[in-house]
Amino acid sequence: MTDQEQQTADAYSSSRETTEGTVFTVTGQDWDALAAGLGESAEERIVVNMGPQHPSTHGVLRLILELEGETVTNCRLGIGYLHTGIEKNCEYRNWTQGVTFVTRMDYLAPLFNEYAYVAGVERLLGIQDEIPERATVIRVLMMELNRVSSHLVALATGGMELGALTPMTFGFRDREEILDVFEMVTGLRMNHGYIRPGGVAQDLPPGAVDRIRDLLTLLPKRLADMENLLVGNKIWMERTVGVGYLDLTGCMALGMTGPILRATGLPHDLRKSQPYCGYETYEFDVPTETTCDAYGRFLIRIREMKESLKIVEQCLERLAPGPVMVADKKIAWPAQLALGGDGLGNSLDHIRHIMGQSMEALIHHFKLVTEGFSVPVGQVYTAIESPRGELGVHLVSDGGTRPYRVHFRDPSFNNLQAAPAMAEGSMIADVIAAIASIDPVMGGVDR
Amino acid sequence: MSELDRHLPENLPPASSPAPETIDVRRGMFRAKGTGDTSGYGGLVRPVHLPGASERPYGGWFDEAADQLERLLPDFGDAIEKVVVDRDELTFFVRKERLTDVMQALRDDPNLRFEMCLGVSGVHYPNETGRELHAVYPLLSVTHNRRVRVEVACSDEDPHIPSVTGIYPGNDWHERETWDFFGIIFDGHPALTRIEMPDDWPGHPQRKDYPLGGIPVEYKGAQVPPPDERRAYS
Amino acid sequence: MGIEEKLPSGILLTTVEKLAGYMRSGSLWPATFGLACCAIEMMASGGPRYDLARFGMEVFRASPRQADLMIVAGRVSQKMAPVLRQIYDQMANPKWVLSMGVCASSGGMFNNYAIVQGVDHVVPVDIYLPGCPPRPEMLMDAILKLHEQIKAAPLGVNRERIARESEAVALTAKPTAQMKGLLR
Repeated sequence: MTDQEQQTADAYSSSRETTEGTVFTVTGQDWDALAAGLGESAEERIVVNMGPQHPSTHGVLRLILELEGETVTNCRLGIGYLHTGIEKNCEYRNWTQGVTFVTRMDYLAPLFNEYAYVAGVERLLGIQDEIPERATVIRVLMMELNRVSSHLVALATGGMELGALTPMTFGFRDREEILDVFEMVTGLRMNHGYIRPGGVAQDLPPGAVDRIRDLLTLLPKRLADMENLLVGNKIWMERTVGVGYLDLTGCMALGMTGPILRATGLPHDLRKSQPYCGYETYEFDVPTETTCDAYGRFLIRIREMKESLKIVEQCLERLAPGPVMVADKKIAWPAQLALGGDGLGNSLDHIRHIMGQSMEALIHHFKLVTEGFSVPVGQVYTAIESPRGELGVHLVSDGGTRPYRVHFRDPSFNNLQAAPAMAEGSMIADVIAAIASIDPVMGGVDR
Repeated sequence: MSELDRHLPENLPPASSPAPETIDVRRGMFRAKGTGDTSGYGGLVRPVHLPGASERPYGGWFDEAADQLERLLPDFGDAIEKVVVDRDELTFFVRKERLTDVMQALRDDPNLRFEMCLGVSGVHYPNETGRELHAVYPLLSVTHNRRVRVEVACSDEDPHIPSVTGIYPGNDWHERETWDFFGIIFDGHPALTRIEMPDDWPGHPQRKDYPLGGIPVEYKGAQVPPPDERRAYS
Repeated sequence: MGIEEKLPSGILLTTVEKLAGYMRSGSLWPATFGLACCAIEMMASGGPRYDLARFGMEVFRASPRQADLMIVAGRVSQKMAPVLRQIYDQMANPKWVLSMGVCASSGGMFNNYAIVQGVDHVVPVDIYLPGCPPRPEMLMDAILKLHEQIKAAPLGVNRERIARESEAVALTAKPTAQMKGLLR
């Protein structure tokens, strides 16, 4: 190497010989070194690693692309960079504590993870028909708001990856409104541990219904902003029409669900076909497209947001006063949350009740908080429609107060398998658009 | 029945006879080992049974589905170890050698038509000798809007299960994940490598004999042990 | 720069320190190292409501060569740790690390085989930010505290002197594990 090259060389910018050929680590400003090193083997295919840290891979996803010119001939995905061992961790916690772990898997749609897990637990307990009506309506309300916020992030980050920065600001601005509502109701902006086995953690605080009503008048205008910007936008269409094509055969072979499947024309939505949580009583449509490409999926997401707002409106009409936890005191989470003088904690009424009035309540509180409730032996598989597709939970109980096995069939994990099918044969830029249209959330993929 | 009576043993869902699947025998009141069992119930011995084979009629559409499968498989009794109906879900326990035949029949027959396989979930029952590793395949039929589950068991000594990627290509990554976490080798899988853990990771983390791996948490001079080493009251 | 290495300790060096600190903290460019839920809160703090651009930090540079601050936002798994170190090494001096969220600071709620129990096992951290996930306001507070730290950072001979003093103190300090009576 010349002096100049030696000065610019550092530990990472180099080339080394492997059994597969020369591997170059490119760090910038060294194209000459790369071109010189390639030399005669310039016709050979180049393998490019879009490593886990990259602004356009929707999270820590590693793309290994074999390129011929600008065309991708082979695309492989490396995942596991966010593997957290949540499933194993759940085996060392109560059934109720599992909610707090599970909520952090698909972190853009935490309430869906929670509900899927809780639905499984309730089926194992056999109390799925005893959940109070108000709790069910609140669950649907929160889940649909979460669907809107998740789709907003999908559009925002998808737009940003393709270079459109304004949808990013629109998406995050509108998402903040929804997160305000979440904060008011659950106490947290993200990763709420709100949906618990038996009901929800606490009732809607006073003023929440009005707040949500205001949101319903505000959001349609905001969503129209996003829609007017992108739908029919020539540049956006050039980037997404025909990109990431996966027709119905491909989808069924790979087990795709969610907007990807609905973009092929099949109106498969678990809220309609296998309704849970009272969805059969709500009026909403399942948007589909027939173009099977990224543009179709994007259109579906926009329309799904509007449908979700319709459902939220119907929820608000249905809210009737009532309990929000199941009546069985041996399962119902005992604590009532309230804002105390120090800004936290248990409602003083509840504490007065368990300490002064009812020995039974004290025992229930103690047993449930330290040991938890036991769930009869068995296994169950529950599936719900999360913003990305079918989110399935396989729960095995051995009769104890801790899960024996919790396995999540995350839709992003499955849907990412389609990325090679969508990307091979297209150009690098289309790979980004295709993966953005799959909308994977790596927390769910890696768990 | 009242809420209190629900938990009495006689009112729990019956552990269906004839032979429920015993996965564990619990001794003592708490699951903690090593720390003293001060409950007074230290001599308690309780076997843990998963629901056993159900008897006909299964109820709903389960009977016709099981009948159809029986018609398609000439050696039904040989291929299917047992049929369990529990909590409104139908599970076929299949012998692992016949797994691909059963899956093919479930997918291709027009009356069954379970087009989608929703992945593989591995479960490790260390105390069920000879059948320690289970692989659970939930299937969905979009045409008939039904769900069914296929479960296969294999032992620790011979952890091989045929791969269904030839029938359900979408199971590719799921099988890799189950290999990664449980050590079940899927014969016929195109590229069975680790997917979640680093490529050179030793061991299979979600097995029950693999520790959770946490570190003790130090706080102001006190030490809290990691979750799997704490005293457990359950 | 080079000039601060040659200046003797005195008014000139402190003026250079103040100027350099002011400049560096005024336009600290973060490197995108968003991993999990905290990444979304980091994006939200760059969004319109909790605008991080007012502190000179909107430019989230993907290339570590052009970044000053690495905000490790999210849980770092064992598979990701070498990547984290590589990105850190690729950043040019001066560089700072902010570990955002409890998972990055200490492993968080995931005390298990898969998560590195604190990124300080992998990279030196300048400021820790707890929260699961921390609100955007908390992130901005941490960034502003880091700005104060940067403005007050000693350079040249001062830096060496202070580093040696803190090393001497740390070597003889009592480890937390041996401190008793703290829980009272």
